Amino acid sequence: MAIRVSLFVTCIVDQLFPKVGLAVVDVLERLGFQVDFPERQTCCGQPAFNSGYREESRQVARHFLDVFADADYIVVPSGSCTSMVSHHFADIFESEPENLERARRLAPKVFEFSRFLLEVAGVEDVGARLNEVVTYHDSCHALRELQIKDGPRRLLANVRGLQVREMDAADECCGFGGTFSVKFAEVSGGMARAKIDSILRTGASAVVSVDSSCLMQLQGALSRAGLPVRTMHLAEVLASR
Amino acid sequence: MSAVFDEKIHATLADTKLQLAIYTATGRLIEKRRKAITPDLCPDYQELRSHANDVKRHTIEHLDYYLEEFEAKVTAHGGTVVFCKDGEEVADFVLSLAKERRAQLIVKSKSMTTEEVDLNERLEHHQLEAVETDLGEYLIQLAHERPYHIVAPALHKTREQVADLLSAKLGVPREIIIEKQTMIARAVLREKFLAADIGISGANFLVADSGAVVLVENEGNARLTTSAPKIHIAIAGIEKLIPRAQDLAVFLKLLGRSATGQPLTVYTSFLSGPRRGGEIDGPDEFYVVLLDNGRTKVLADREKRESLYCIRCGACLNHCPVYRKIGGHSFPWVYSGPIGAILTPQFLGVNHEPGLPFASSLCGACAEVCPVKIDIPKILLELRSEVKKAEEREGSSRLERLAFRMWAWTMRHPRIYEMAGMAAASLAPSSDGRGWVKSLPSAMSPPPVRAWLSQRDLPPPPPKSFRQMWRER
Repeated sequence: MAIRVSLFVTCIVDQLFPKVGLAVVDVLERLGFQVDFPERQTCCGQPAFNSGYREESRQVARHFLDVFADADYIVVPSGSCTSMVSHHFADIFESEPENLERARRLAPKVFEFSRFLLEVAGVEDVGARLNEVVTYHDSCHALRELQIKDGPRRLLANVRGLQVREMDAADECCGFGGTFSVKFAEVSGGMARAKIDSILRTGASAVVSVDSSCLMQLQGALSRAGLPVRTMHLAEVLASR
Repeated sequence: MSAVFDEKIHATLADTKLQLAIYTATGRLIEKRRKAITPDLCPDYQELRSHANDVKRHTIEHLDYYLEEFEAKVTAHGGTVVFCKDGEEVADFVLSLAKERRAQLIVKSKSMTTEEVDLNERLEHHQLEAVETDLGEYLIQLAHERPYHIVAPALHKTREQVADLLSAKLGVPREIIIEKQTMIARAVLREKFLAADIGISGANFLVADSGAVVLVENEGNARLTTSAPKIHIAIAGIEKLIPRAQDLAVFLKLLGRSATGQPLTVYTSFLSGPRRGGEIDGPDEFYVVLLDNGRTKVLADREKRESLYCIRCGACLNHCPVYRKIGGHSFPWVYSGPIGAILTPQFLGVNHEPGLPFASSLCGACAEVCPVKIDIPKILLELRSEVKKAEEREGSSRLERLAFRMWAWTMRHPRIYEMAGMAAASLAPSSDGRGWVKSLPSAMSPPPVRAWLSQRDLPPPPPKSFRQMWRER
């Protein structure tokens, strides 16, 4: 029987980049997983957590715990949202033992998309093909909170027709940072432009990441600068045929 | 965020020359550190970090014990330990000692702790001349500025600016060769060392089991400061303690590499008391001033006390993409960068600059390079929560709080969430499917949207959300 996978698509993908969600479903189903989309899902609570609103964040996190209570595996196309659930739920539920216990039980079931492919599905080659030169941007939370660094690069290396060029400072922040991007818009914009300079030096026509929020920041700045480089979520690359 | 903070950030970003100076200097320090910690040069780097974190945690948890041990050892060596609760007490101690000994001139080696308590200003106020002898600090003192960086105080000054400064303040011909600039400063400072009555230093480490003050430096000025004058006063925060001399094997390895990419700094001095019979140099009198100034308050805070592990290497500043944009002087206190962002609210209160803990993308580069593994992003998050609690008590930021309450409510009601998404999408300008939104009529742009659009384009809302597409599959 097919293994059941619950997709937490994230609010940003649901509302702004639904094609990323479809690409995730496509890749997982091709690998023989049964994808389930719990329809009551919304957000992980990170925007409130990062903005200092712990109680509001807890309310949303409790909802998340309810929605995914009976999941076997939860796959998330975002390092940042994955880390919120697997790492920071423990911080916000410090004084709620029952929810803390639920969060602890849930944490090992939550997988960032590329990690799920490598560690649960056990594949490095998903059979994708894309004729393009790309560069990979390490999203901060995937890299530093989940230690996801080589995995996405291994998956990209197995895509036929794809050429991957490392940029200098691939691990430098794009400047998004959630509400930081609007609270300190000028600083955030400057960070995006510094990152774009690195991307341009590779000559790649697309920048790939595992987080749609970084890609929204980078695509927004690329578009503002009138540059032809596009952004692609890793799932979109892996769903290419 | 205060208007001052906002203005300073804006001014720094607008200054292209300054931007280049910050970016180049920090880039150089990043590169030096990277080379110094490669596995072939420092194979045990990660183990050293873990060990340093263990030692610091142990010391901070037992600080009372080690403070007493340190005091007893210093006293046994003929020195004196003075506990001060704030800058005023430090200044009072130095002033009364200077008065008793009829001292006129003080030389100082680099010390962030004395910057923290505005010691120079306090002494000047009483007609005592205190001269900084670290080259960068000397330049900053001539320019009447604050250090731009914990380790490299004049990091923001180009050699041309230094040439102008030296020429204007010392009346010397304008000199742009760095070595010659150094010689100009050296000529002035030599005279000061010879004439000084008191030398004031900081401390990189205080070793409890040996009662020793450890100083690391590259210029030799700290060694002169602590040995030429008859009186040496070391001023340090109480968190600078480490239990044993052998712990230095870990900390010295980490400090030089993290700060400047050096395996060891050029000079490392171990000072344990005044000159003893038969010794040829050293001061007649040796004092160690141990400063609280808010540290015991941090010590009492279980969640954030690891802030006291900091050994002031400056690596978090160099690697911080925000520091590299906004520079050191945008920060509201002497400590800048990520460590400044967590120390300032804890020492001076979150209201001192409520925007400070939010001036971070939480990228985590600071924690990754911290030699004692302080979880700076976690502490920033704690402080953000404290700022919001303070705002709620004071009744400020009402609109934002209301927005987050409504947001949280919406996120607990999936149908409302979906309808809200559809409503927002229908309000957005119709899109040809590819182009990103460059501007919106102001009536449709709440402040966050306007802030986003000031720098970037917005993604056009897709015709359908993922959940709609999922249902229609």
